[in-house]
Amino acid sequence: MTMQVPMRVVAPPSGGFGGSPGSSSLIVDWLRRNLFSSISNTLLTLLVVAAFALIVPPVFNWAIADATISGSDRSACTSDGACWTFIRLRLHTFFCGHYPDSELWRLALAAALMVAFSLPVLRDRTRHRGLSLLLLLTVFPLLAGTLLIGGVPGLPYVDTSQWGGLMLDIIISFVTVAGALPFGILLALGRRSELGVVRSLSIAFIELWRGVPLLTVLFMSAVMLPLFLPHGVSIDRLIRAMAVFTLFNSAYMAETVRGGLQGVPAVQEEAAASLGLGWWQIQLFVTLPQALRIVVPGIVNNIVDLFKDTSLVTIISLVDVLGAVEQALKDPAWLGFAKEGYIFTAAVFFLCCFAMSSYGRRFERRLNRYRTG
Amino acid sequence: MVRRPSRRAYAAQWLLLLAVLAVAYLVVADATDNLSHRNLSFGFGFLADRANFDIPFHVISWTESDSYGRALLVSFVNTLLVSAMGIVAATGLGLLLGIMRLSVNWLIRNLALVYIEFVRNTPLLVQIIFWYFAVLQTLPPPRRSIVIPGGLLLNIRGLYVPSAVMADRASILSLLSAAALVLTPLVWRLPLKGGRLGAKALLLPLAAVGLFAAGIEHIEFPTLTGFNVTGGAQIPPELAALWAGLSIYFAAFIAEIVRSAIEAVPKGQHDAARALGLSTLAVLFLIVLPQAVRIMVPQLTSQYLNLIKSTTLGAAVAYPEIFQIFAGTVMNQAGKEVETIIIVMAIFLTVSLIFSAFMNWYNSRIALVER
Repeated sequence: MTMQVPMRVVAPPSGGFGGSPGSSSLIVDWLRRNLFSSISNTLLTLLVVAAFALIVPPVFNWAIADATISGSDRSACTSDGACWTFIRLRLHTFFCGHYPDSELWRLALAAALMVAFSLPVLRDRTRHRGLSLLLLLTVFPLLAGTLLIGGVPGLPYVDTSQWGGLMLDIIISFVTVAGALPFGILLALGRRSELGVVRSLSIAFIELWRGVPLLTVLFMSAVMLPLFLPHGVSIDRLIRAMAVFTLFNSAYMAETVRGGLQGVPAVQEEAAASLGLGWWQIQLFVTLPQALRIVVPGIVNNIVDLFKDTSLVTIISLVDVLGAVEQALKDPAWLGFAKEGYIFTAAVFFLCCFAMSSYGRRFERRLNRYRTG
Repeated sequence: MVRRPSRRAYAAQWLLLLAVLAVAYLVVADATDNLSHRNLSFGFGFLADRANFDIPFHVISWTESDSYGRALLVSFVNTLLVSAMGIVAATGLGLLLGIMRLSVNWLIRNLALVYIEFVRNTPLLVQIIFWYFAVLQTLPPPRRSIVIPGGLLLNIRGLYVPSAVMADRASILSLLSAAALVLTPLVWRLPLKGGRLGAKALLLPLAAVGLFAAGIEHIEFPTLTGFNVTGGAQIPPELAALWAGLSIYFAAFIAEIVRSAIEAVPKGQHDAARALGLSTLAVLFLIVLPQAVRIMVPQLTSQYLNLIKSTTLGAAVAYPEIFQIFAGTVMNQAGKEVETIIIVMAIFLTVSLIFSAFMNWYNSRIALVER
């Protein structure tokens, strides 16, 4: 380990007096500064390079050089490498579950709508971000819900048991965010309220949900919730899971938003009150717009976490992308491809989550620029 | 708050309380109604009943004739075991990665960055399942065990590590050793004529290790005899997968906490220590890290709590922790759906509260006293 922590070492002057700052000397300079700045550093660099030389070729051979992706059944995979054929043939189940083939255009349209509705919210410069967000959280779910479930003239009904794959992860995440964000904001406001009962209830709610594992909560939705409903009433399993996901995550959202509320100077509220604004007006027009802006990166983190958590629905036998892969791995015709299956699952989640967290970081940088500038 | 809330607001909050109580009443009424329709009764009496199932991995003794209550204890100890193992490994690995992130070496720095980004953006459940089904379950059978330097054997039945065979005198010696550990902080602050004993008290834990080691008769290495492995201690693949998953996942989060805490220590501290002629290692471990720990503690607490709660994911690989045993086996066998979930939730809630109370106490102890 190199221990020049926490400061980066300043570059030793390179080239001496006669050296011209050509591109080759720049590279040498960079190498010397970043890889060979001292004896211990050089040793470390060589160690890492040696480890790479040992690990990378076999992994490359397995994943790419010796791998198979063509063919239409197991007999195509005869080499020692990975069998991506398995993944390729089942791609549509991994992404769309058992959504009827003839209705797939509805999924595509819903996805396009999601992009269209999210773009105005995500863009750097946008006029009505608040309004766009409101549309995304209200109008879009109605449109997409009608489109996906159907049951109206022209759109045949598709049961939620046919939903699955990555689409299910995205739907659960979306419903959860749409519910947990407003509810979390209310809880955060409640936790700071002057009203004792409201404050205690908010604190109890938040701490209760944050103190228990998500898995027990999901199990509660699957096993216990039916007991809590009036006799004879039953609610769809997916909706029950979404409901507890929303409640669970609103507790986490509340804590994130509370951080933002604490970051708004008290004089803001005082000034607003002196102008004669009521409590709700102050919160809605003065405090929240400032608080939410600060916590966008935190909220994005929460969304990434809850998106990763949607993989847990597999355990209560809803078939998300992980569940779809697990089902496919149990197919007797395709036994023994656990590595390929789970690497694919990890890659799918990674791409989605990395995209989201990169956006969060970008937003944070923009925020800091405005704050200091 | 700027103004006192209005009288109407005070009235509204009591209405809210009434509404919450009404919903709670309805839920309980429905549950009683439903249970009676199914001819089930509510109660925790079943905990005394005979369990009649096997718990494949247990730290404290377990037989099938034991009660459900004993099963609760056995599985709870299993949960605590994997939590403790996870916390230790994740902290160590996280510390290493956090320091690597700040290395002057470009390769080391970016290696840590790639690790953190990849691990943080992949679900923990997928990682645990990957380690179990894609790695540990594809290992060779015992007779073709992979030999790891240091006397370790790895095969499909798990990881075999050397174990210590304790002599008769061990019980007394380990008691003494524990006493030495407990006394360390007291001795550290013992007021003496020439000031406190301070770091010299660290001789005590050293003595504790020595005392404990003296109780060991000999070290038993796992060896291959025929088709089986004898000797040593076995870490079953379920535990190994859960442990690996938890440690690797939470190390990435801890690494980011460590990095930001180290960066938050004023640069002058580092420069001043260098000016006094301390080596880079000494600067890190004696000057920078002790100050960084103060900044880390609150965030570390929430990561540790997350880790403890995440041990429930062991259910996916059938590690017999409290969720798997109670919300799985016992729930199915005893038909006590409400009670088992309540027990599991109550236990996690209690553990969370106790743990955060302890970390708050620790935090207030090490926090900087501003004058």
